[in-house]
Amino acid sequence: MLYFQKWKLALVALVVGAGLVFAAPNLMSRDKRDSLPDWWQPLSLGLDLQGGSHLLLELNTGELLKDRLEGVVDVVRGALRAERMRYTGLGVKDEAVVATILGDEAARATARKAVRNVIPNADIDVDAEGKLRISYGEKARAEMLEGALSTTLEIIRKRIDELGTREPSIQRQGANRIVVQLPGVSDPKRAREVIGKTARMTFHLLDGETSVQDALKGRVPPGSMLLEGMDAGAKGQKTYYVVRKKVEVAGEHLVDAQPTFDQSRPVVSFRFDALGGRIFGKVTQENVGRNLAIVLDNKVVSAPNIRGPIMQGSGVITGGFTVQGANDLALVLRSGALPTSITFLEERSVGPSLGADSIKAGMIASLVGLGLVIVFMAAAYGLFGLFADVALIVNMVLLIGGLSGIGATLTLPGIAGIVLTMGMAVDANVLIYERMREEVRNGRSVLSSIEAGFGRAFATIFDANITTLVAGALLYQFGSGPVRGFAVTLSLGILSSMFTAVMVTRLQVYLWARRKRPSVLPLPV
Amino acid sequence: MYHGMKFLPEGMRIDFVGKRLIALGMSIVVIVGSMVLLAVHGLNFGIDFAGGIQMEVRSTEKVDLSGLRGKLNGLGVGEIGLQGIGGTGREVMIRIPAFDNETVQNAALKQVREALGPSFEDRRTEVVGPKVGGELVRDGLLAVSLAILAIGAYLWLRFEWQYGVGGMLTLLHDVTATMGLFSITGMEFSLTSVAAVLTIAGYSINDTVVVYDRVRENLRKYKKMPLAELMNLSINEMLSRTILTSGTTVLSVVAIAIFGGEVLRGFALALIWGVIVGTYSSIYISLPVLIYFHLRNTDAVGALEEEEPSRP
Repeated sequence: MLYFQKWKLALVALVVGAGLVFAAPNLMSRDKRDSLPDWWQPLSLGLDLQGGSHLLLELNTGELLKDRLEGVVDVVRGALRAERMRYTGLGVKDEAVVATILGDEAARATARKAVRNVIPNADIDVDAEGKLRISYGEKARAEMLEGALSTTLEIIRKRIDELGTREPSIQRQGANRIVVQLPGVSDPKRAREVIGKTARMTFHLLDGETSVQDALKGRVPPGSMLLEGMDAGAKGQKTYYVVRKKVEVAGEHLVDAQPTFDQSRPVVSFRFDALGGRIFGKVTQENVGRNLAIVLDNKVVSAPNIRGPIMQGSGVITGGFTVQGANDLALVLRSGALPTSITFLEERSVGPSLGADSIKAGMIASLVGLGLVIVFMAAAYGLFGLFADVALIVNMVLLIGGLSGIGATLTLPGIAGIVLTMGMAVDANVLIYERMREEVRNGRSVLSSIEAGFGRAFATIFDANITTLVAGALLYQFGSGPVRGFAVTLSLGILSSMFTAVMVTRLQVYLWARRKRPSVLPLPV
Repeated sequence: MYHGMKFLPEGMRIDFVGKRLIALGMSIVVIVGSMVLLAVHGLNFGIDFAGGIQMEVRSTEKVDLSGLRGKLNGLGVGEIGLQGIGGTGREVMIRIPAFDNETVQNAALKQVREALGPSFEDRRTEVVGPKVGGELVRDGLLAVSLAILAIGAYLWLRFEWQYGVGGMLTLLHDVTATMGLFSITGMEFSLTSVAAVLTIAGYSINDTVVVYDRVRENLRKYKKMPLAELMNLSINEMLSRTILTSGTTVLSVVAIAIFGGEVLRGFALALIWGVIVGTYSSIYISLPVLIYFHLRNTDAVGALEEEEPSRP
């Protein structure tokens, strides 16, 4: 009777030992834990506890498609011209590229073939009236988005790495979103600016024949466009430029950009690849005396005068930058342009002082909660209550060790989960002890009551806890951020409390009973 | 040696089930009241669901609230709410209601930050766009509904269908009553509140399962006992446990409410209410449901009054 199998004893020793090992780094000094391997680290603190920023951003899917279609228009125009086809009304309409091919059946077939050759993965349709329609189906759009998302992820990662943030986390969420977490950054203003810039740079010639006044009245020639300037004018009013639509050199050719100084003003120097350098050389050679506008995300950074041909494939961008402005521009140009613009959907940031306050509050709440429950159990059950208290402390060690071991992040609601676990964990002990009391009242012997208490209460404990686990799992699945942390703590707490109540308490009670051979059950019978 | 203390006298036999009509009436009042409140008064949705901007800032000196209010509302970015917090007079909570789209919202945040100037330290900033808010509402509702269904299904599998229905009704009761509390107090309903609702669901079902387990055991043990009397017996047998567990849980939650700080206070208060409602419902809702759904075909609902109770 009251035999505690050897393997169970070994299991308890193993689990408690593992719990202690995994919980240990939480008590170590910072230097010490930095020298530990990755799998043996303390609990990482959530952004709400250590301070930091959480940004959720979304790719503008509509714009992505529109840009792609506009690109298709140019390609189709080239292809049709190369075949000497006649057509009208080429443009983007209702998420498709449309045109009307003039001519007979043969002309339509040629047009179709020509377009197919240059636009491989789109749906291409030419009807009997010569109406051409090029569109992208679900699958092609999904692929487009997938490509854009992974490019964006990569570029954002590069930009953030250059900002020098400690341990940033950049992850995709769903089909078109990215979550950026920056521990220790409590004001994400600069990060936002650097991440959020599309950084699409192009070089255009200034349209010298059209005055800004005329353009502002709506008289813009077909081959030109009116763009805002990046800097406000002297009195803070907006500045405008009329530039040629034709892209002389595209930003894809940039291979490097660095902040530097020109006559003690911050500027950005850049370098083109070989092809870009040749194009740039040709443009500058042919247009000496004219102005070349540097356009970034549809705004004119500056439009310097071309004083002579620039053949070495590099140059500088001037434009009233601050030192940080020049740094940031160089940074985003180096990392490359985002495939499409992005929108910030959500931003949460916590300053370090609030984080520290939260940790303190959480510690106090935990200790007070633990103390209250310990006293309560001892008062209610005497010696057996103390056994339950030991199990509770072991439970806490296992919970902290478990959370550290799986690399969970401790959040403020997660701390609430730990405190709540303390209150609910002793339920299993209560069920067991109440069962013992009943069994003794029903006339069983002390030892047999003890055994029955553990045996019979187990099914109840199991069913009751599984249902709570179900709630925890759903909380994890549908929760976000800190709430997920809470779900993990609660669920792990349930598992560890089942283990400690059943095994650790049982071990203590059995050892005690074997030594003392009690004639009365030390419970309020 | 100290053997602990008894919370209840020996052999308590409170007639819970006999009072079920009174309890049912009370529950109906609470449930209907909660639903009316939710429909008319609604919930005080926090930024997580409603979207908008919420900032907690701390100044280097005492803040002139009305002056700051005038200054911020002069920006023309919407009606800005200000509230002093923390008792030092230096901390302020700034709330700006939701915007039509993310771009306008981000511009507003920039303006407010500039207006505050460098003497304010950002303690916490939350900016939630209208898109995300709607999704969070959907996810929250989905999580709570699925939890109720999944728990019902588990009880059906492990017990019988009547227990599953009883469990689900109990959960609906508790969830509605908790939402009612949020509505009547005007406490902010946030993501953490959803966590509180689900935790209450978990706690309540835990309590219910413990009593159901005893009912099932007693059904095997006392084959002839009238259902109502068997329920009463089961509840009374578990009463000591119910009180103790509610006690330790409330103790730990009270610790969170008092010491856990501003963020967790609402969460803890909801949980205290949840422990009360959950304990009540596991006695007065989950068990009568079993009677009404004819757990044992041979039993009539009014068996208690007709038969002479017999205990082995």
